[in-house]
Amino acid sequence: MSLIDAQDVWYSYGRDVMALNGVTMKIEREETIALIGQNGGGKTTLAKQFNGLLKPTRGQVLVKGVDTRKVPPNRLALTVGYVFQNPSHQIFSSKVWDEVAFGPKNAGLDPQEISERTKWAIEAVGLSGLEQTHPYDLDYGKMKLLTIASIMSIKPEVYCLDEPTTGQDHQGRRRVAELIRNLNGGGATVIVITHDMRFVAEVAERIVLVAGGNIVADGPTREIFEKTETLAAAQIRPPQITQLARALADCGIRPDLMTIKEMADSIGDKIREGTGRNNGLA
Amino acid sequence: MPHDDVTVQVDGLTYAYLGHSPVLRDINLRVLKGEMLGIIGPNGAGKSTLCKALNGLVPHFYGGTYGGTVTVAGMNVMDHTVADLSLKIGLVFQEPTNQFSGVSTRVDEEVAFGMSMMGFPRDEMLSRIRESLRQVGLEGLEDRSPFELSGGQQQRLAIATVLAVRPEIIVMDEPTAQLDPVGKTEVLETMRALNKEGYTIIVAEHEIEELATFADRIVTISEGRIILEGSTRDVLTRVPELKRIGVDPPSVTELSQLLAAKADLKPDKYPVTLDEAVTLYRNLLGGAA
Repeated sequence: MSLIDAQDVWYSYGRDVMALNGVTMKIEREETIALIGQNGGGKTTLAKQFNGLLKPTRGQVLVKGVDTRKVPPNRLALTVGYVFQNPSHQIFSSKVWDEVAFGPKNAGLDPQEISERTKWAIEAVGLSGLEQTHPYDLDYGKMKLLTIASIMSIKPEVYCLDEPTTGQDHQGRRRVAELIRNLNGGGATVIVITHDMRFVAEVAERIVLVAGGNIVADGPTREIFEKTETLAAAQIRPPQITQLARALADCGIRPDLMTIKEMADSIGDKIREGTGRNNGLA
Repeated sequence: MPHDDVTVQVDGLTYAYLGHSPVLRDINLRVLKGEMLGIIGPNGAGKSTLCKALNGLVPHFYGGTYGGTVTVAGMNVMDHTVADLSLKIGLVFQEPTNQFSGVSTRVDEEVAFGMSMMGFPRDEMLSRIRESLRQVGLEGLEDRSPFELSGGQQQRLAIATVLAVRPEIIVMDEPTAQLDPVGKTEVLETMRALNKEGYTIIVAEHEIEELATFADRIVTISEGRIILEGSTRDVLTRVPELKRIGVDPPSVTELSQLLAAKADLKPDKYPVTLDEAVTLYRNLLGGAA
């Protein structure tokens, strides 16, 4: 049984417009998935089906085998945690600590467990020392980290993160990437909505490309980054390193490299072979 | 450089918001007419404050403690109102809806709003609305609501409202940070086109790989100070210093630093754009040109 099983999901916000047109996909335990695609294409609408924030107009979504229509959203939230794109849609407490403690408190955990989880989550996102700060006094990047912490304290099995790197600088981006790797390493399934392809290459094993309410590509990150035309139709460019790899394919570089380290190793090897053969490069 | 070409001059600018420690410390900066200058640095480094110091919101709107001099198109910022300065220098915010008046129900009215506050005659306003919507590629959307537009269109509308006043200098504070790839491309292309038309553009931006393809010069700011300043190439090839500040250089530049020893590359030969990297590594690996 898949962790999440979306079967022919249709969704309409009103009468005229279908935001999802019969989407079918399965999510297995401990996957890291990037939902990518243009705004308005259906990424967020799809992700909100996974934790029952939205229920299919037609078709069904099973979370651990149970139809999302048959479980109240607050119960589902213990399994699938959703971090909104806009932190102000989520934050309502006047202190960082209270914001993070709310989830476990609401789940009825005992005070010591609440306190331990709150401390753990605040530390994990790098907000220690700011426990008594008002969330709106944090900068946008830190506010987004706070919303992640407030879901971590619930310890859900699945995280849906809606654009966690928007408004983050490079340190914030690195912190989010590290956080996702740690959560995934601890057994969590992570679904991340993002426009940042360098970030996708770092954190996601699988890409699901959503456009016009349909899944137009679904597969391992490396394979999807090779579908240049499909990506271009969605105005997405693979990471700069992958673009370089493709341009160097006839020099013997694998065209599907994604990270700086992979590329450095690959070119390094070629240079070593080259110097052995013709003693000189230029 | 001939003094006439300097359009923005910042001398020893130190600034603190009311009741806070300084967020800008001894900033010295010159921007030439027609130049595209990128400002990079981590969040909280002072980029936004510097942008606001150029159009006079700092100190006129925010108050605080101000030292040093900022001269924009020959005007000392201290001696002119924000409204006066806006005729010479326009500021585009990160969040386009923060720029909108909120009272206009149509795109063309939104562009007219600033001008009507300044008492422009109607005919002049109409021709300027046409001109500025053309410059940002929003012709045909005159009767749409600003709030129905896509993110990229909203940001271009925000730019149009600034252009209508016909400033010489446009300052943009992370104008693509909240946009999807389509919107980012639209805004970056608009920026490039305006710079070609002769506008001086100063932009705080996290998209370094994009900035590398069109900025003439870059300054990096960290903790309120300018740390590196120079041509785009000079700044972006200083990989260890950028990383220390908390800025990622372009991937191809970082790659080249990792390969420096093996490939016998000096930093001044590091590529900063994809095209440069393709050329360099094709040569190095002996691929056909």
